[in-house]
Amino acid sequence: MNPARGPHSLALPPAAVTTQRVHWTDRIGHLALLLIALALVVFLAAPLTAILTQSVEGKDGAFVGLDNFITYAQTPALKQSVWNSLWVSAVVTVIAVPAAFVFAYALTRSCMPFKGLFRTITLTPLLAPSLLSAISFIYWFGNQGVLKDAMHSLGVASIYGAPGIIVSEIFSVFPHALMILVTALSLADARLYEAANAMGTSSSRKFFTITLPGAKYGLISAAMVTFTLVMTDFGIPKVIGGNFNVLATDIFKLVIGQQDFQRGAVVGLILLAPALLTFFVNRSVQRKQTSMLTARAVPYSPSPSRGYDAVMTMYCILVALLMFAVLGMAIFASFVKFWPYDLSMSLRHYVFGLVDGEVGDAFINSLKLASGTAVLGTGIVFVGAYLIEKTRGMQAVRPLIQLLALTPMAVPGLVLGLGYIFFFNYPGNPLNGLYHTLTLLVMCTIVHFYTTGHLTAVTALKALDAEFESVSASLKVPFFKTFWRVTLPICTPALLDIARYFFINAMTTISAVVFLYSPETKVAAIAILNLDEAGDIGPAAAMAVLIAAGSTVATLLFMVLGWLVNRHTQAWRRPAAS
Amino acid sequence: MTGAHAAALKTNARPAPALELSGIHKHFGAFHALKNIELTVNRGEFVCFLGPSGCGKTTLLRIIAGLEIQTSGTILQAGRDISRLPPADRDYGIVFQSYALFPNLTIAENVAYGLVNRRVSRVDITTRVNELLKLVGLPDSGGKFPSQLSGGQQQRIALARAIATSPGLLLLDEPLSALDALERVRLRQEIRSLQQRLGITTIMVTHDQEEALSMADRIVVMNHGVIEQVGTPMEIYREPASPFVVDFVGKANVLEGLVTATGKLKLGDHTLDCAQCTETGRSVRTYLRPEDIVARPIEAGDANVIDAAIEKVEFLGSYCLVRVTATGFPSALTVYLSLNFLSEQALEVGSRLKLKILTERLRMFGA
Repeated sequence: MNPARGPHSLALPPAAVTTQRVHWTDRIGHLALLLIALALVVFLAAPLTAILTQSVEGKDGAFVGLDNFITYAQTPALKQSVWNSLWVSAVVTVIAVPAAFVFAYALTRSCMPFKGLFRTITLTPLLAPSLLSAISFIYWFGNQGVLKDAMHSLGVASIYGAPGIIVSEIFSVFPHALMILVTALSLADARLYEAANAMGTSSSRKFFTITLPGAKYGLISAAMVTFTLVMTDFGIPKVIGGNFNVLATDIFKLVIGQQDFQRGAVVGLILLAPALLTFFVNRSVQRKQTSMLTARAVPYSPSPSRGYDAVMTMYCILVALLMFAVLGMAIFASFVKFWPYDLSMSLRHYVFGLVDGEVGDAFINSLKLASGTAVLGTGIVFVGAYLIEKTRGMQAVRPLIQLLALTPMAVPGLVLGLGYIFFFNYPGNPLNGLYHTLTLLVMCTIVHFYTTGHLTAVTALKALDAEFESVSASLKVPFFKTFWRVTLPICTPALLDIARYFFINAMTTISAVVFLYSPETKVAAIAILNLDEAGDIGPAAAMAVLIAAGSTVATLLFMVLGWLVNRHTQAWRRPAAS
Repeated sequence: MTGAHAAALKTNARPAPALELSGIHKHFGAFHALKNIELTVNRGEFVCFLGPSGCGKTTLLRIIAGLEIQTSGTILQAGRDISRLPPADRDYGIVFQSYALFPNLTIAENVAYGLVNRRVSRVDITTRVNELLKLVGLPDSGGKFPSQLSGGQQQRIALARAIATSPGLLLLDEPLSALDALERVRLRQEIRSLQQRLGITTIMVTHDQEEALSMADRIVVMNHGVIEQVGTPMEIYREPASPFVVDFVGKANVLEGLVTATGKLKLGDHTLDCAQCTETGRSVRTYLRPEDIVARPIEAGDANVIDAAIEKVEFLGSYCLVRVTATGFPSALTVYLSLNFLSEQALEVGSRLKLKILTERLRMFGA
């Protein structure tokens, strides 16, 4: 017997590796995979690369190395902005994260009543553009604000500037931090608490030895996300920042005001840094968080304790009231005839300010943008996730798509928008015609919010049996048929979640699209900025309220749709009637 | 006519085996998962791939299915080279441990899934589905959803779906491991009798030796990516080809011994008669099944009888696993004794008894 062919020989892989022939139906999948990769390259990788190249080019397009960075570092005004951005973000993080932690703790670890209601109330800021809170605070504490004197007595001279940015940001980042912390605190293993109780551990010791370490990663994640959101937010500092410069407003002034793309690119890269850091910390934190909870863990359920539950309820009522005060003021002010002199109710701002001012079209544009993003985005994201998770072949393209699908999470909208200008506004680009169109706004918004949709789709797909595709192949049923008959119907709840997420975010986003609109494609959130800039704060408030109303109606419609679809496609989840 | 042609005609005279694997290697990076697998599966045969987890048995099944691709080697199915064909172009039905029933489709739709794609008329599909549901003993479940059936019922439906299109080969990937013990025993006999009735060539992957022994025509014992032995269940059990097979299939006492003369095996202080001991002076590792050490019948003057003392009794029901020590033996021995025998003889821990070693059943491998 030839020793090389003996069963125990340590043969190396032969040079010619057997490859499998590709079935024609699988070629369709490969083509779709390539198209998704191409779309992500054109609408994500290329714009980001354009920022990098801009940052090392001079005005004439010649390579100048790090000159732009050096010039930037030598400009005192810009250095001031870096410092402003950093300390404001830090202050917001230090206040908002503990506040959200207590709220999340009340939601998950107490027997407080009305938990669902409290949770819904605190998530409402997500339905409006972040700058709604800034407009509201102007009405409360601005030059003609209701509580201006109370603010003065506290020693704050003016709401315009850092104080306004800080309070508005706390309000708008609260729901983001809250969601992360609720998730972290829900992942509790009751057995640890039972063991501690069996050993007679005090409540405070349980908190510091079990609860806090368990929520550690959630806290880190919430702090990083909060810091980055504040650092890269554009709307709030624009509206209430006054002369207080931060990086996000600088970038706008440099690029739109002074057409200084090179220095704009430098600021963009500076903004990218904390976002990238957050991204990587979050990834490693998530891995640790999930590994903490084993499949055998018993979910923790709190037991009633009157005094403690009452304190928690009081706290949550207080937070909810503050939320109402902010949201309510914007709604109230949008109906007031002539602030602050004539407080009678009227639709003046809605009728004259918006419809006659032709900004009503902006709202229609927003609806178009949101619908387009929801439909197209959900399709692309789900098909992309499906092809990655459930099909075979094209191994070279897969890592690229996976990387690009996760990248948007690490790219602030402002930076993405900047990349779009550089790339699509470049005269030599054959796709130049897309610039200023609604199509480009849709693509930009899809890419901006791609990662969350992608992860939702991946989670839903991973819950399906991994062998569905193998079984289909053995039964000679093409993959797309199984996709249509099995995968898609099972995943409809996830699809609706993704569509709703895209829709709401497209309604409220400002940062990426602020660089890309033309007068014809201006969206509602941008119109708020323009109205505010023109001093029309009443119509601005009206527009913000209109967006919030639109998002709310959309959310309700999605709930109804979800209910209808579930009745149709999820019958199999219900136990047998007989 | 060329020689090759003539040879082809000659093999055509007798139908080609259901499956021929030759020189199959599989590498995952630096890991050599399968090493030079050679195997022929005959038509209508029920073959089990048996081995511990990580031995490569599932990988081999997935290669046969085309769900993985071998690094090198060829696969012939009924004489046709399928080595490079995608799964959809091969001819097999498959059942997975997870059942992989489509949860949103009814049982009837699941079973008909592969038929719908074959331009079979609606009436024929209904007839075929009803026939299959009857075959697997669930005639009235067509309108239900998978989640409304028990695990064993779901696995029967998965089986019906896999054989619906009458494939030439049935692949079962640990089909019983997700079921509870009783259901497992019931279903393995059902699968076996169904397979025999249909005469469908079947390959089943399992890590459960009892399953393999009770169901298979032939067992392929695998370890570390290598086939250790291929044989009938009786051959695998009675004539294991390697120490691994003895250890993995059934229980065995392991004793170090020395062949002192032709027909004489020395174990500790004892010298036993042993017909198959031929190489004088060879030290051997002997493997002895617990049931090959018997307490009765022992006649006066029988050879190979030892005196032993009971050290520990593990109650298993009708039989007990008894650990005994025999003076002068290299190590303690494990034997099976029936519950009735133990109570008749009033045997308990510390009791002494005589045991006869059936040396013709000894398996020896070089130490």
